[in-house]
Amino acid sequence: MTKVLEVQSLTKGFTMHHLGSTLAAFEQISFDLQAGEFLLLKGQNGAGKSTLLRTLYRSYVAQSGQVIFHSRHGTIDLLRAAEVDISLLRREEIGFVTQFLLARPRVTAEALVAEPLRMAGHSAPDALAEARKWLAEFGVKQSLWRAYPTTFSGGEQQKVNLARALILPQKLLLLDEPTASLDSQARAALVARLAELKAAGTAMIGVFHHPGDVADLIDRVIDLTPETTPDEERNDVVV
Amino acid sequence: MTIALDAPRLVQAQPLLTAQNVSKSYGDVQAVRDVSAEVFPGEVLGIVGESGSGKSTFLRMLNLEETPDTGTYTLDLPEVEGNLFELDRFARRMLCAKRIGIVYQNPHLGLLMNHSSSGNVAERLLVAGERRFTELRERASEALQASEFPLERLDAPPIELSGGMQQRVQLAKAIALEPALLLLDEPTTGLDVSVQALVLDTLKRLQQDRNITMVIVSHDLGVIRTLADRVMVMRRGAVVEAGLADQIFQDPQHAYTQQLVHAKL
Ligand SMILES: Nc1ncnc2c1ncn2[C@@H]1O[C@H](COP(=O)(O)OP(=O)(O)OP(=O)(O)O)[C@@H](O)[C@H]1O
Ligand SMILES: Nc1ncnc2c1ncn2[C@@H]1O[C@H](COP(=O)(O)OP(=O)(O)OP(=O)(O)O)[C@@H](O)[C@H]1O
Ligand SMILES: [Mg+2]
Ligand SMILES: [Mg+2]
Repeated sequence: MTKVLEVQSLTKGFTMHHLGSTLAAFEQISFDLQAGEFLLLKGQNGAGKSTLLRTLYRSYVAQSGQVIFHSRHGTIDLLRAAEVDISLLRREEIGFVTQFLLARPRVTAEALVAEPLRMAGHSAPDALAEARKWLAEFGVKQSLWRAYPTTFSGGEQQKVNLARALILPQKLLLLDEPTASLDSQARAALVARLAELKAAGTAMIGVFHHPGDVADLIDRVIDLTPETTPDEERNDVVV
Repeated sequence: MTIALDAPRLVQAQPLLTAQNVSKSYGDVQAVRDVSAEVFPGEVLGIVGESGSGKSTFLRMLNLEETPDTGTYTLDLPEVEGNLFELDRFARRMLCAKRIGIVYQNPHLGLLMNHSSSGNVAERLLVAGERRFTELRERASEALQASEFPLERLDAPPIELSGGMQQRVQLAKAIALEPALLLLDEPTTGLDVSVQALVLDTLKRLQQDRNITMVIVSHDLGVIRTLADRVMVMRRGAVVEAGLADQIFQDPQHAYTQQLVHAKL
């Protein structure tokens, strides 16, 4: 098996200067992730699931630890890598699916979805054809393909968001509750796409409030709930 | 924790712009203190910070209008080498005309207010050596079109135009020669919100279609969030924090950045 990620003693806290206080999000987390492996993060609200994903993506700054990523360009600690490399990895190898679409004024749904392929060097017609395929797959009405998603409903935006985030197979995919606000057709399309990407070798770390949807994909679970939490407060994931 | 310029590198990308240890004082006022920055091709660097923190001064130095007391500035372009602050006036003027575009908050700084709009753009082409009349006219209207300026108003002088239209003329002038670097100092400040959105939109489109490297200064964090890949936070002439745009907005480290970001949310 090929290793994709090695997280070692990762610690993250927030310093809130105006309050003169710090808040520990998680401490000393270590795990490895292989190609094609699916890791589920669980834990109650506020346990630090989103924080962990954002720290791996470098949207958040870690306090200490290492996050070794095996890129096709070489091996690098994501916590210390130059910003230009992080930007590159975000374009080519590390995807982050959130609940919200970053719609941009006057960019059509199909152009937004095609963009990752365009940036990866695909020709405009190929990228567009592929984008339309995924918009259809996630159940975005054809009449919306050439419209601007800024005015779409929450669910429609999320479908565009997923099509865009999943169009280009990546080495590592971070998923933060991607099923929120999706209807059943889109949920099924998402699960099918994740299964396909996993089979092709994408390593995934995901947070799902209803992990039943992805039960068949899960290889391992990490529970971020603090050890001191009483059992009755743990929202146990049924896998 | 900000990531140092010498952080480990995965790929050997060459920055287009490298400024190192740039400082500038006016009498007792130290406007810019030891500022270093790198901007890679196609990247947008946003600069934010309180009034008087040295943002415009730094940008004017990047436009070679101003020379720092100390520091170096290089652009990775075939036609220039070495510290650009050491270029003479003529070489600076040529380099700026051909390769660096700037849009000022105040259109009076960037435009001849009583000349026609197309003439303003053509003037830039003239400085860079274009002499053929039909070429001048054509390229000027191309640039104005790319800036989404209404072509029926080509002959109108900026003085007769709205603020948003004046910014478009500045933008057209700045991009007329396919600049390697576009500098923007508060390009949308003072415009109505709806006009602001249009100018922003034009900038975003230019950046996407032409992959122009940009440095943008703005008080408006919304503008920076929309355009910038990376952000540099300045205070009293110095950089207090720099990072990926999403990091600066979502997990600011420095007390000043936290105050700035939270005040605007
Ligand atoms: N940018 C931030 N600045 C300060 N504190 C933050 C920030 N982001 C998260 N936190 C805090 O870190 C803790 C973990 O939050 P996080 O969002 O990671 O939880 P979560 O496990 O994703 O919860 P949920 O299930 O509700 O989404 C919370 O106490 C939260 O308030
Ligand atoms: N030509 C000059 N002569 C004297 N002092 C100057 C000159 N240019 C700038 N300064 C001073 O340098 C400091 C930085 O000014 P600068 O215009 O760079 O700030 P800024 O960050 O752009 O502020 P703002 O957000 O208000 O535009 C200020 O104290 C200013 O008064
Ligand atoms: Mg969360
Ligand atoms: Mg200024």
